[in-house]
Amino acid sequence: MGCGVGKSEPRPDKCDQVSISVPAATGESFGPEPTGCSDLFLLPTQPCPPPAIRAALLIQRWYRQYVARLEMRRRCTWNIFQSIEYAGEQDQIKLYNFFGFLMDHFTPGTERNLISHIFHENETCRDVEWETCVCYQSVEVPDSYGGPRPTFPMSFCGVSGLLEAFKRKQQLHARYVLQLLGETWRLLRVLPNINHVAARRSREITICGDLHGQLEDLLLIFYKNGLPSSEKPYVFNGDYVDRGKSSLEILLILFGFLLVYPNDVHLNRGNHEDHIVNLRYGFTKEVLAKYRVHGKKILKLLQKIFSWLPLATVIDHKVLVVHGGISGDTDLHTIARMDRHRYVSALRPSKTTRHVFRGCNNPAANSRDGSDGRRRAWSLTHRSSAPGHKHSQRSWSVEEELKRRRRLAGFDQSYGDLKKADWDSDPDSGETMETDEHEWKQIVDLLWSDPMPQNGCIANEVRGGGCYWGPDVTDDVLGRHNLQLLIRSHECKQDGYEICHNRKVVTIFSASNYYEVGSNRGAYIRMGQDLVPHFIQYQASHTCRALSLRQSVGWTERSALRALREQLFVHKSDLIAAFQEFDPDSTGTISLSHWASAAESVLQLGLPWRVLRSQLVGNTQHGAVDYQQWIRELSITEPQLQISDTSILETMYKNHSNLETIFRIIDTDHSGLISFEEFRQTWKLLSSHLKTEISEKAIADLAQSIDFNKDGSIDINEFLEAFRLVELCAHT
Amino acid sequence: MENKQTAGYLVSDVHKKIKAAFEAFDYESNNTVDVREIGTIIYSLGCFPTQKDLHDFIAEVEEDHSGYIQLNRFLPAMAKVLLENRFPPIAEDLLLQAFEVLDKEKKGHLEPEELMRYMTQEGEPFTQEEMDEMLTALADPETNYIYYKDLISQLTIDPNI
Repeated sequence: MGCGVGKSEPRPDKCDQVSISVPAATGESFGPEPTGCSDLFLLPTQPCPPPAIRAALLIQRWYRQYVARLEMRRRCTWNIFQSIEYAGEQDQIKLYNFFGFLMDHFTPGTERNLISHIFHENETCRDVEWETCVCYQSVEVPDSYGGPRPTFPMSFCGVSGLLEAFKRKQQLHARYVLQLLGETWRLLRVLPNINHVAARRSREITICGDLHGQLEDLLLIFYKNGLPSSEKPYVFNGDYVDRGKSSLEILLILFGFLLVYPNDVHLNRGNHEDHIVNLRYGFTKEVLAKYRVHGKKILKLLQKIFSWLPLATVIDHKVLVVHGGISGDTDLHTIARMDRHRYVSALRPSKTTRHVFRGCNNPAANSRDGSDGRRRAWSLTHRSSAPGHKHSQRSWSVEEELKRRRRLAGFDQSYGDLKKADWDSDPDSGETMETDEHEWKQIVDLLWSDPMPQNGCIANEVRGGGCYWGPDVTDDVLGRHNLQLLIRSHECKQDGYEICHNRKVVTIFSASNYYEVGSNRGAYIRMGQDLVPHFIQYQASHTCRALSLRQSVGWTERSALRALREQLFVHKSDLIAAFQEFDPDSTGTISLSHWASAAESVLQLGLPWRVLRSQLVGNTQHGAVDYQQWIRELSITEPQLQISDTSILETMYKNHSNLETIFRIIDTDHSGLISFEEFRQTWKLLSSHLKTEISEKAIADLAQSIDFNKDGSIDINEFLEAFRLVELCAHT
Repeated sequence: MENKQTAGYLVSDVHKKIKAAFEAFDYESNNTVDVREIGTIIYSLGCFPTQKDLHDFIAEVEEDHSGYIQLNRFLPAMAKVLLENRFPPIAEDLLLQAFEVLDKEKKGHLEPEELMRYMTQEGEPFTQEEMDEMLTALADPETNYIYYKDLISQLTIDPNI
């Protein structure tokens, strides 16, 4: 305000710029003479369009620039969220690879026994325990239970009853959950790896992408589009669980509809339909919190169910629907033939591979492994007693081994020739394993890959799994299978969908507000006999509909910056070290561009730090940052603890999710409680994974600062909550 | 004046600024962006080109209508634009005058229908989507009027970027 009030005010010189350079550049709209801006509209000269048009042009130009600036901010916000998300996925896979490495290369000891069970789920499920999972009759439903009581075989009324109950936030009794899951498992076992669906006249097919536990989105889709039925077929393209709060409810509804309409509801597996992934991203926790007594059984059943989910759906022999995508090697005939259920977790080759690999065919004979000394290169248990040179030797070899394993697993750049690398020299390698490794890669590529605009196929290092494939690969794979379109999900898109590769690849994502309220719309596809996708977008939040673009950008931006500041904070020691390298004279300040380089070198998130810096760096003096001050100003509160070695705290913040994953693995009985000894083992595992020393004393100090229950155990959830970082005050 | 001394520094700084903006849209980190994003990048660098200016600029830097723009072509062209100040900012009072021209009765505000008529029919017309968005962003939530004086000072002064 206050601008342009009167002509008596001295004109700022930017006005002159306008009158001079606009005509020079555009050659249109404003008169050529630099008469002073106030006259521009009042005295139009002959060659100029009428003032109103020139005014409109100016306002349009101004507004478009304003929108573009917002868009830039939105883009940065998006990059932050996505980078942090993918960095987490990478962490997960690294940790899992490390466990696999432990399994293969260390003698059975405490550490190995703690994690071995996650690699043996398939076998354990085959025995007596499995029977008890499927057996729901013994679970009593008290008279006081007021939730839905579905009957089996499942009926349409039964599912819609569930739907209504979940809308009212009711919970389904464990007995019915187990029964429904048992029925689902039986049905899934007879389904092929690839579903085939026919599009008929007057019967459009609806295709939905990732839902991630966001029940509101599923309900909105059903509200807008109608419930599944034989007249309304649906394909759900994976990632039903994790992140959102209602993953289990979504599964129960989808499974319910699958049971009622097995020919018209099709569920593809996503990369989150994987019990190992669920340990980190919240689904395990959700189930255990909702079902304290029977949660464990439910998880067992789900694990089995996930491994039996079909991998892809093909519509009219022309449209391939798959969660992640393809690679140059993708071959649907191979995929159609494999035993999909052997891949309980798609993060690792199937069990058979492992046993052949370790020369041990009987998984139950775990104790026999002691005699299998050939691979007994190093032992974790020996390490603590003999530090020093032994340690350095170990870590070097671990490094090498991990590299080798990642290469074999296709998680390295040498994507094309991964199979040959080391198997030849491995005496254990055999025909079976080659096939398994090959099969496994087919699945990983289907579940984890992303498209890229360039030709070719390279390992997806950003996510840590699957590949990036280019338009040439799309053409090749679609051509080989006589297909015309690939529909995939797996990536959040601002508009809920995106089309690429010459309109041959479509991404569909159905979880709206995925990163934050207002961050993105959700969408689903309707497809008729012409096989042309029609997109329907939506946003399932009451709060964001009323927000203008500016408000919603501001909103998500704040939350992204909060997440980013948290990342910066947990890396503060590394950051300071990096800053100091740019500050050889210890002046305490560095230039903004050095600040940006250092931040990227430590966090490696690939973010446009220069664009972000105005929002991350508050005060600068002549373009220099006082970095110590800046770290303090990140203003994040830490729990106040009496711990002499604070590096353990930083390790903890940095590895919050890794720690949670290990805790949940170690907590074999899913009780949510672990003993002090297990607590100690968790840290030992983490420290060997990270290849950093964490002293016994630091661990003991940490344990002491926590409230132990009377029986000496630690509540995992309480522990993790206590060490979650909280921002002091909201930045604006 | 001091401009001459800092000229070298200025050029390198301009280059960095352009690169940073470019990178925000370079998803594959291969120094390429989609041609449809170029407008956003240019605007976000503080330029106010018309649509025609934009098209001309794109024609200058796009390679064989590939749909993509390479950093090595974009960088020098964009640096020239910035250093020459080719698409300078619109001064607040000029913008105010523009609104005043449209506000024929000098009410101090525009009605949404008025603004819509000019924006979608004159100049370089807005699409319906742009128009809807503009009204959500600019119209007063209660009266639905566009109080342009307040808006200008609110929206033009934005410390970020």
